[in-house]
Amino acid sequence: MKIIRIIGRGIKDAGKSVFRNFSLSLASISSTAITLIIVSLAIIFTYNVNSITKHIEDVLTVIVYVEKGTDETDVNTLKEHILYNDNVVSESLEYKTPEDIKASIPDSSDLKNVLNILDENPLKSTFVFKVKDVKKISDTANEVRGFDHVAEVKYGESVANKLVSMLEVIRNACVITVIALIFVTWFLISNTIKITIFSRRNEISIMRLVGTSNTVIKLPFLVEGLILGILGSLIPITLTIFGYMFFYDFTGGHLFSEIIELVNPNTIVYTTSLVLLIVGGLVGMVGSLNAVRRYLKI
Amino acid sequence: MAFIELNHVFKTYSNGVTALADVNLQINRGEFVFVIGESGSGKSTLNKLLYREEKVTKGNVMVGGVNVSKLKNSNVYKLRRKVGVVFQDFKLLPKLTVYENIAYPLETYGLDSAVIREKVMDAVERVGLKDKIRSYPNQLSGGEQQRVCIARAIVNRPKLIICDEPTGDLDPKMSREIMDVIEKINKELESTVIMSTHDKEIVNRMKKRVICIHNGVVVSDTEKGKYLEYEDN
Repeated sequence: MKIIRIIGRGIKDAGKSVFRNFSLSLASISSTAITLIIVSLAIIFTYNVNSITKHIEDVLTVIVYVEKGTDETDVNTLKEHILYNDNVVSESLEYKTPEDIKASIPDSSDLKNVLNILDENPLKSTFVFKVKDVKKISDTANEVRGFDHVAEVKYGESVANKLVSMLEVIRNACVITVIALIFVTWFLISNTIKITIFSRRNEISIMRLVGTSNTVIKLPFLVEGLILGILGSLIPITLTIFGYMFFYDFTGGHLFSEIIELVNPNTIVYTTSLVLLIVGGLVGMVGSLNAVRRYLKI
Repeated sequence: MAFIELNHVFKTYSNGVTALADVNLQINRGEFVFVIGESGSGKSTLNKLLYREEKVTKGNVMVGGVNVSKLKNSNVYKLRRKVGVVFQDFKLLPKLTVYENIAYPLETYGLDSAVIREKVMDAVERVGLKDKIRSYPNQLSGGEQQRVCIARAIVNRPKLIICDEPTGDLDPKMSREIMDVIEKINKELESTVIMSTHDKEIVNRMKKRVICIHNGVVVSDTEKGKYLEYEDN
């Protein structure tokens, strides 16, 4: 009962303080809101960069052209050699004969007409596979190139490679930005609450003099930080949900071209909102505790 | 064993000022003691050591068997619940009524509201402020505000009441009234009272034990003593 009364009092006092020091609360809420909006943007951006990277990695395949006239035994040996490489996704490995390739070319295509005219199919049989780690794609391609009966090895080559590594840099930059912004939010809330606490230092010193335990003194400030953090996260959450949904609909789910596909809002906005709520609340509490601690020394 | 014991107590502040030097004192339970001395003599420091607002530099301070000098920061509140402090500037919360100000410590201890009410009403009756419980501090005279401060100090029935120049801001008539209230509490609750003061008239009239501090050193300690103006030779 005693604990319930103390907690109840802490929550009541925190609520009163938020309204009593309304202008300061508003300053704290808005600074939190602004930083959390940027945090939200960075999170959504990171999600999309991740998804684009994954998409590119998925479509990136290695094509191995087998020399003409290679018999079946040698083709099988080559297949085993390719599968032996750790970076090759074994399930993705596919063997296509010249006839398979010819069949896969649409009838309307000029190439098909040319092929139809020729007596002999000039196409080479191929192995197509995906790699586990795109960064090692050129090593893998070079290794395969050295195998017997390999005429040529082709993959997305430098453009795809550069794009993937560039996206990775962007993703890392986003993660660093999110972490930095969380610190900024913590700093802002901590400072705003410091001002609130400064105006209440008299009250704190009286509480200490009359024998109030430090935990009980901290409690209302902890709850106040939590309230401010949560209130500060509401606007960013609303903007995240509706803003991203609008953006997704507006762009039709694609950015610049069909290749850059945006992540479906339903899969990310709620997770991002939850992250914002937790970050806002936690950072509010930690910032508040940090601010009150200096008045509880001695 | 005495209720309060100070053994070879030294206090030097971080700026190098020595406030107390080798102070040895024993005060028994229920005693009423005046601590006198000019401004800066070390009276307030002595008080602050007793309720652990300051830490000793050297020596030991024992209050009710507890070594206050070795008390952890996180446990200081346990000591403060047994010590009532009355300040010259009252230290009341302006936004709270008289009743709320007195109930404030008990509420933060998490006591039941019925128990709080009983204790607060007992305290306001003892200081004679029963008809003012709904007033705010700024609606009261200085004497009345000091009574509220006393009521808040005694509401938890402390074993020790420390008064830091409680009549410093009051006129002689009000000072007398306040002293009567404190003396009555000392007798009725059997609390030990330590009062630092500059008020010559009060000290001479009440004929209690008087400890005189000069430059951080106890220069006299007399039963039923008088106000002593100590000067450097």
